[in-house]
Amino acid sequence: MPARLAVRDLSKHYGGVQALRGVSLQVDAGEVLGLVGDNGAGKSTLVKTLSGAIAPSGGQILLDGEPVRFSSPAAARDAGVSIVYQDLSLADQRDVAANFFLGREILARHWLARRLGWLDTRAMAAHTRRELARLHTPIPDVHTAARDLSGGQRQALAIARAAAWTSKVLLLDEPTSALGVEQQQQVLELVRRVRDEGIAVIFISHQMPDVLAVCDRAVVLRLGSVAATLGRDQMTGENLVGYITGAKTGGTGNGTPATSASPVGGSPPGTAGQTTGTSHDDERETR
Amino acid sequence: MSMTTRGAAVTTEPAAPPGQPPPWWRRSQAAVRDLWIAGVLAAIVAGFSIASPYFLTRANWLNTSDTATEVLLLAVGETFVICTGGIDLSVGATLGLSGTAGAWVMAHGFPAASGAAPLAVTAGIVCALLIGCAIGALNGLLVARADIPPFVVTLGTLGIGTGLAYLLNNGQEISSIPASVAVIGNTNLGGWLPIPVAVTAVITIWCGILLARTRFGAYTLSIGDSREAAVRAGIDDRRHLLKVYLLAGLLAGVAGVLVMARLSAGSPASGANDELNAIAAVVIGGASLFGGKGTILGSVIGTGIIAVLVTGLVIINVPPFWQEVVVGAVLIIAVYFDQLRTRRRNRS
Repeated sequence: MPARLAVRDLSKHYGGVQALRGVSLQVDAGEVLGLVGDNGAGKSTLVKTLSGAIAPSGGQILLDGEPVRFSSPAAARDAGVSIVYQDLSLADQRDVAANFFLGREILARHWLARRLGWLDTRAMAAHTRRELARLHTPIPDVHTAARDLSGGQRQALAIARAAAWTSKVLLLDEPTSALGVEQQQQVLELVRRVRDEGIAVIFISHQMPDVLAVCDRAVVLRLGSVAATLGRDQMTGENLVGYITGAKTGGTGNGTPATSASPVGGSPPGTAGQTTGTSHDDERETR
Repeated sequence: MSMTTRGAAVTTEPAAPPGQPPPWWRRSQAAVRDLWIAGVLAAIVAGFSIASPYFLTRANWLNTSDTATEVLLLAVGETFVICTGGIDLSVGATLGLSGTAGAWVMAHGFPAASGAAPLAVTAGIVCALLIGCAIGALNGLLVARADIPPFVVTLGTLGIGTGLAYLLNNGQEISSIPASVAVIGNTNLGGWLPIPVAVTAVITIWCGILLARTRFGAYTLSIGDSREAAVRAGIDDRRHLLKVYLLAGLLAGVAGVLVMARLSAGSPASGANDELNAIAAVVIGGASLFGGKGTILGSVIGTGIIAVLVTGLVIINVPPFWQEVVVGAVLIIAVYFDQLRTRRRNRS
């Protein structure tokens, strides 16, 4: 079975500056892939490429083995690839339910009300409550304004929202920085639950303990290339830091597809995740 | 589940137990604000009623509602614009230009006015509304597509609209319009409800629903709250902003028609400075100029406060120049108290 998301020899240059030089990696359904690297290593360029925000200069992105080209973040999302940014993804003065359904509001059923764009706020609140409870997010009331949430709750809301609308791949950009210790743990727990639903997660972070805690594998970027792909048993703080800083070199495959690091620990069946995703779609359609 | 209780301790509404929604009057900050400002309006009305026996009369109701109608239609459109974090300074000028242009079409478009009065009136009204839409669309395109700040764009169209209105008939009023227009503007349904007030009421209620209960309103508030978040959620911000400015322009066009009908003349001077009253009404009504916050009910009450102050001060024989002083002071006080409340809330 092809990987859920695979990147082959991806490159991106801005004028003469080479931000990505032939990056290859892959992530399976039900797996958390850590993506680490120093500032300027190409992490954000890679993430922007995967999320459809920028177009790559060369190389391929394969979703379930099929080559894809995302013209915009919306296109990527429609294909099943979503991203949660570190900040700026919630409307602060709107409540939890409104944020959960931001841009995907449920309309009332009656055809006339639907024409008017009348919102079914009750259904949205109920659905939000259900989704948040399913992922055990620490948000007590869906009528709370987003700005009254703690940092951890905000991040949990953003992740739960993306997970609810994502069928295949979730990109998390620094989800635990700027959070307290306990809130970090909550977010990591949430990431595990999302993974267990059969979604492929790419976890971008500077926080090595978090990477070690939640990731099944890790890809280290350095100067726009993959410096190392580390399996579970090779993932240690020392190894990660070593490859990030360049003190260590010659990890698994530089430029060549990182197939040698096979997915660890028998990944959960991707089909389960897919059916969940499809049922969401149906629900959205029929409402 | 243990996490749920932990989360509850973080929120600022300790009164509501988890899972139990708060009572409706505390459900949203906007509802609290609307109640508070409605109390202020009631107090002002009570004060004038005690000060003068002429305040609570039919004549003063008709006078006040007239004043309110003109400002309210602009304020309703302005509410949407302000909720997106923008501002529309051109609505007063749009009112003047659309009314004048509508009158011009009625007076000049159909030479055989005797036989073609209904046609001339219809054409004039359509023309006025189209001009409102055109200025709104221009504002929207320049704000959303060209990314020029709304203040600059609408300051520009304020000037353009005002100038064109005066150019249309060399600065003169156009009063040679069919008499049926005046009938529309000056008929009181049941003696108490002028047609312009009824039209305004219907539009206002519709817009209140539009802002609070529909996807259009949700997009409006979300874009004003965080444009970045809205865009990331897949909302087409540019398209929506265009619609919002278009709506403000259209409502200014409607106001232009109603004012022209009341005066039974198209006056290029009508609507001048109305945008300031409209913006003041919206802000007194609790909307935030930074966007993301505002209600039509708030703007209605804000408009009510301004209109009551304007006519009430006349009734108790305060020189008319004091009106603007008082309205300005009320605006500043209202925003100050609003900030105090917000700050207190954030500290708790």
